[in-house]
Amino acid sequence: MSAVAASARRIQAIPHFQRVATALAIVAAALLPFFYKSGAPFVDDATIALAYVGMALGLNLIVGFAGLLDLGYVAFFAIGAFTMGWLGSGFFSDAGEGGNGIHFFVADRLADVPGIHMNFLVVIVFAIVFTTIAGMLIGLPTLRLRGDYIAIVTLAFGEIIGRIAINGDELKLGKFPLIGGPLENVVGEGSTLTRGRQGITPVDKIDLPGVEQFVSLNLRPWYFTALAIVIIALFVNFRLRDSRLGRAWIAVREDEVAAASMGVPLVKTKLLAYGTGAAFGGLSGAFLASYLNTVNADQFQFSFSIFVLGMIILGGLGSIWGVVLGAIALSFINNNLIPDVLNTWPSKIGLDFDLTQLSFGIFGFLLVIMMVLRPEGLLPERRRQLELGEGIGTGATTGVGGAEDLYEARG
Amino acid sequence: MTEATSTQAEDAGVPAGPAILETTGVTKVFGGLVAVSAVDFTIPERSIVSIIGPNGAGKTTFFNMLTGLYRPTNGRITFQGQNITAKRPDRIMAQGVARTFQNIRLFATMSAVENVMIGQHARMTAGLFGSILRPPWVSREEREVRAKARETLDYVGLAESHFDQMSANLSYGDQRRVEIARALASDPALLLLDEPTAGMNPQESDGLTAFMRRLRDEKGLTILLIEHDMRVVMGVSERVTVFDHGEKIAEGEPREVRQDRRVVEAYLGTQAEETGE
Repeated sequence: MSAVAASARRIQAIPHFQRVATALAIVAAALLPFFYKSGAPFVDDATIALAYVGMALGLNLIVGFAGLLDLGYVAFFAIGAFTMGWLGSGFFSDAGEGGNGIHFFVADRLADVPGIHMNFLVVIVFAIVFTTIAGMLIGLPTLRLRGDYIAIVTLAFGEIIGRIAINGDELKLGKFPLIGGPLENVVGEGSTLTRGRQGITPVDKIDLPGVEQFVSLNLRPWYFTALAIVIIALFVNFRLRDSRLGRAWIAVREDEVAAASMGVPLVKTKLLAYGTGAAFGGLSGAFLASYLNTVNADQFQFSFSIFVLGMIILGGLGSIWGVVLGAIALSFINNNLIPDVLNTWPSKIGLDFDLTQLSFGIFGFLLVIMMVLRPEGLLPERRRQLELGEGIGTGATTGVGGAEDLYEARG
Repeated sequence: MTEATSTQAEDAGVPAGPAILETTGVTKVFGGLVAVSAVDFTIPERSIVSIIGPNGAGKTTFFNMLTGLYRPTNGRITFQGQNITAKRPDRIMAQGVARTFQNIRLFATMSAVENVMIGQHARMTAGLFGSILRPPWVSREEREVRAKARETLDYVGLAESHFDQMSANLSYGDQRRVEIARALASDPALLLLDEPTAGMNPQESDGLTAFMRRLRDEKGLTILLIEHDMRVVMGVSERVTVFDHGEKIAEGEPREVRQDRRVVEAYLGTQAEETGE
């Protein structure tokens, strides 16, 4: 009986504690860069880690909340990054009238540079719109599918975008059906979609009104921009979790048939999950493109999707703080621990390779260990903790009697 | 007690009173198997109607077509005069048809209150941006929906200490209660119960029987149930429809149906044949 009472207490949200903890975490994160030099490698790693946190929180909406296993999240990173590359670099060198470029709310130093140069705030609006549309497009064919099959389709989608990124240097924009003509008028004759493996570089530095100029040597503004993205992502995650839409996502995750029968429109609910989750991939992607100063097809490989998915599994699917922790942990393991600390270990014992070549093997190993020792993640979501920790199988109440095939999905 | 006034001598199979739901020639074929075959069926408003029949007779398939989970191969379903044939389940729910499942299908990791709040999804309006920005009207809506969920749980007799418990932790009887509350939360006009007394002892069944009457009388609900427990069926229903091999073989008042030759055959027929051979 006491266990029941305890879980009754636990399932009630503890908003006050959480609000204080959230505020403290954000203040701590905001103060962190002041303990380091403005160009310190730590700030560099932390900035990238924050951008990953933003993506992981986006993927958490899709996989953690709505239970739609998406193995192609890299596609949204790619689309966001390319949006930045297209609209904030000299890539379309013949764009604009007489090849003078197109400029939109940018700093004076960029005003005469050829290419399309838009302010970062404008670019992210485009990035969010493009990735949301892409998210919904990838969502459409998966609506009739469940579980593993969704994973396969999304994986394929990620691969398609990756291939387009690599081979896009041969795709002439002017040859596109219907939109090709007008598009070419804007971006300039002979423009291609991407620059393949060569990458679009340099990419415009972020330029925000009222903020000191973003330069490579002072990393603090970059750090704070990434932190702002994370705060927005956190806000959206928290708000959606305890809302009509968040409840509908969890209902769909638990039992699609029952959710539909209780008035939850499956198509709309799932597409909103894909769209919203994708938007954060695009937002972080656009930021990273500017920060890393390149949009390079090699960045957008399948392994990156798994990398982000690994973050949310490590932290705890659906658990917002878990996802933050998982993303920071994996990011530091990837950017610090393996290349800087452990990299030379194999050679010390006479082996002829770098540990970085094994990074994904190490991540895989980590995940296996996690699944054995703590399958609910580092900071599990309340619901899953109760489910796994107290041995409650959902099968006891749902999915009995082969009813899984009940619903003939409709478009 | 019944408001369904018997009009003149109509065909014995057609119930009297204005129909809330009507099906004509509803058929469902799975591959080569005809699960439900050309069923004409009506439910008078504010009545309690039972569907009975041996296992595999097509009762649940029929239910699933009424609620939009299956698209009928043929036929037409009208609810309150509107065609709902092959509409999406959430649309049908929004129009006022709510249901429970034969094997309870609660959202296991959600609390009882959250489960019932999902039942009100179709009655809420907060969208993506409303949910994120949470303007005052969304907060108010959340509060109201939560209050109504608690009210509904109270109405079905769940102890208040269980309201915030994860539904998978509740006892079987309480899970049934939550499921009925979840269906009621949408303020339906027609409630479909798929074997609501399965797994209940006689006392609990009697309680549910009384509760169904209360729902009809207090909330003006029409109730359609699939039931195996003949005591419940005979005690609560005004009309009984009998399915066998996907066909409607009898329909009428419980008394009449009990004496129908085909019904007796459907339930006992196999045995009679065996002894005859």
